[in-house]
Amino acid sequence: MRVLAAMSGGVDSAVAAARAVEAGHDVTGIHLALSRNPKSYRSGARGCCTIEDSNDARRAADVIGIPFYVWDMSEEFHDNVVEDFMSEYAAGRTPNPCLRCNEKIKFAAVLDRALALGFDAVVTGHYAQLATGHEGMIEMPRSVAMGKAQSYGHGVLTQDQLAHSLFPLGDSVKDDVRVEAERRDLMVAHKPDSHDICFIADGDNAGWLKEKLGDRAPNDSGDIVDHATGEILGQHEGTTAYTIGQRKGLKIGRPAPDGKPRFVLDIEPVSGTVTVGPRAELRIDRIEAIRARWCGTVPSRLEGTVQLRAHGEEHRAIVTTDGTDVFIDLIDPAEGIAPGQAAVIYDGTRVVGSATISSTARVGVAAG
Amino acid sequence: MTTVYLDHAATTPMLPAAVEALSAQLVRTGNPSSLHASGRHARRIVEESRERIAQALNCRPGEVIFTSGGTEADNLALKGIHWSRGRSRILSTSIEHHAVLDPLHWLDEHEHADVELLPVDELGRLDTDALRTSIERDPDSISLISVMWANNEVGTLQPIDEVVALAATHGIPVHTDAVQAIGAVPVDFATSGVDALTLTGHKVGGPFGVGALVVRRELEVTPLVHGGGQERDIRSGTIDAPAIVGFAAAVEASVKDQADQHVRISALRDQLVDRVRAIVPDVIRSGDPDHGLPGHAHLRFPGCEGDSLLMLLDARGIECSTGSACNAGVPQASHVLLAMGCSDAEARGSLRFSLGHTTTQADVDALVDAIGPVVERARAAGSRKGA
Repeated sequence: MRVLAAMSGGVDSAVAAARAVEAGHDVTGIHLALSRNPKSYRSGARGCCTIEDSNDARRAADVIGIPFYVWDMSEEFHDNVVEDFMSEYAAGRTPNPCLRCNEKIKFAAVLDRALALGFDAVVTGHYAQLATGHEGMIEMPRSVAMGKAQSYGHGVLTQDQLAHSLFPLGDSVKDDVRVEAERRDLMVAHKPDSHDICFIADGDNAGWLKEKLGDRAPNDSGDIVDHATGEILGQHEGTTAYTIGQRKGLKIGRPAPDGKPRFVLDIEPVSGTVTVGPRAELRIDRIEAIRARWCGTVPSRLEGTVQLRAHGEEHRAIVTTDGTDVFIDLIDPAEGIAPGQAAVIYDGTRVVGSATISSTARVGVAAG
Repeated sequence: MTTVYLDHAATTPMLPAAVEALSAQLVRTGNPSSLHASGRHARRIVEESRERIAQALNCRPGEVIFTSGGTEADNLALKGIHWSRGRSRILSTSIEHHAVLDPLHWLDEHEHADVELLPVDELGRLDTDALRTSIERDPDSISLISVMWANNEVGTLQPIDEVVALAATHGIPVHTDAVQAIGAVPVDFATSGVDALTLTGHKVGGPFGVGALVVRRELEVTPLVHGGGQERDIRSGTIDAPAIVGFAAAVEASVKDQADQHVRISALRDQLVDRVRAIVPDVIRSGDPDHGLPGHAHLRFPGCEGDSLLMLLDARGIECSTGSACNAGVPQASHVLLAMGCSDAEARGSLRFSLGHTTTQADVDALVDAIGPVVERARAAGSRKGA
């Protein structure tokens, strides 16, 4: 097959490209330039937008011996990922830009262009496996490399996208991939993993949002109030600095009467109110989600599990859907679930799909 | 897969005479600044090279300052002349190479120089009326004027005669980046009237890493690099005798063959353009068809991304350039095409084919065979929004 290897400059995508060559594919490497001016989003630090990463990817492609190009996806990335990130925060939600990037850029804009240019598939360094399930459907079992938790990030992929994806790292684990990179003389063998949001320089999401949103910020101050008494406990400098379940940075002088820590329970961007309360109030067992993406057949009712954070555990749940909206009744309640995050749905080890959490509620669990 | 190399404006293969001269000198010991016999021999090689270049360009040997290449020569001319003259304004064009634009931006930002980049017409030719107006506004405030001899992307020759005439009235020095012009069109330093001229080895069939600034003896140039006082104290650094002798051989040979090659290469280029147009009727040629470099064919393919075209041709062994500046490998719309009035999308949908001394009929045939399916595919992949 003629395949296009998306190379971030990290060790995973470099080894994935090398394995694709070894598997006999005709491989072309590309690096996605996600910022028009590489310094405007991120400078010096680790991420997928730096000149160093582009050079690392190019160097790896040279060692592997494949053609390499840089594709400018900066407009698509800005419009679909960065703008979405900002507007979601402005609306009091907590978006997941990496999933959004998978959905709109890596497996959409890039794949579309690759297919049009005559490639058969896109190769990435994700730790994901594909298998053929019943009725020839492509299924994605949960990855062996659970540490990377990347099947969470693939809940957004459709059958068509999966049909044109190659994940050569499959069931490998990170340590083995690093050893293999060293054996292949890839200089990125010991390059640290990226964890932060790639377009935010220093991991200071709140500072970045404050600067970039400017006048578009829903508020620049407001009250921090107690969930039970409505008492004003303090002031904040803008709701975009907060996410549901957050404990740190609340800057409330007085301790709670019971001496226990307080958590953000709710964010109301219009009034600028941040509601706080005890941990028990974070427990929820009902989730409504929108923008559903199905990896295969759409289940009307499923008893499976859901994952609600990139590195979070699975919760047993009953999932129903009307096709677009998804209703999740958790058998195992969850804590601190923020609207905007993705709920990824599994049937056993198989990824079924994902949806964006729009609201949460407590039906069967009592507070405390 | 055979390689069809149509990117001579990026770099052109070394001429056999240059390889031979360079190789011979590589195995000889001797620092041209040393006083003993080995040094004297190296010095002789360097000075003879200087004389051969002077002969080829019609300048005095003492006017040739060897540098590490075109970028250094441009920096030396712009900063060196600006600093020695100490006036506030520098005039140039909006289509210069980054080796000129970036030093000018630097002087503007860090040294409070008042840089004016003058416009060009839709063929990429300097608007000399704008230059005249700008000069006459306050001629005494101008340190220098820098206008390239020929544009590296679209190949348009600039009206150097007119620039020199306008500048001469007020005694303003003129620098020209002639990197693309040497060996491609006739360049006569003395007759041209320019005060400083940049050339580089690897564009004329010589080695990388060597070039020269030809600068009139009377014109003072403040050095950028201080050290052992080589090159009349204007450019310190141990003299690279092998590179220089290879460079001189290439300048000499390319200038000697210029007229013949012009006829041969421009005929192949015209044929390339005509045959591509027969296959892709809506192709648009950029640049001045009557006053341009012989080997340049800068073509815009509506509805295509230049980098898609390049990649598809590369996969077929055909090598060209998108003719756009690269910033960290990120393709940016060419400032030259934008200055010529193209939209961002039009500018991105272009390829630069540049023919040179090794180009053959078979190369043109190979491109003509490939271009139809390549453009069709690139169109299917589409241009980004706004196109």
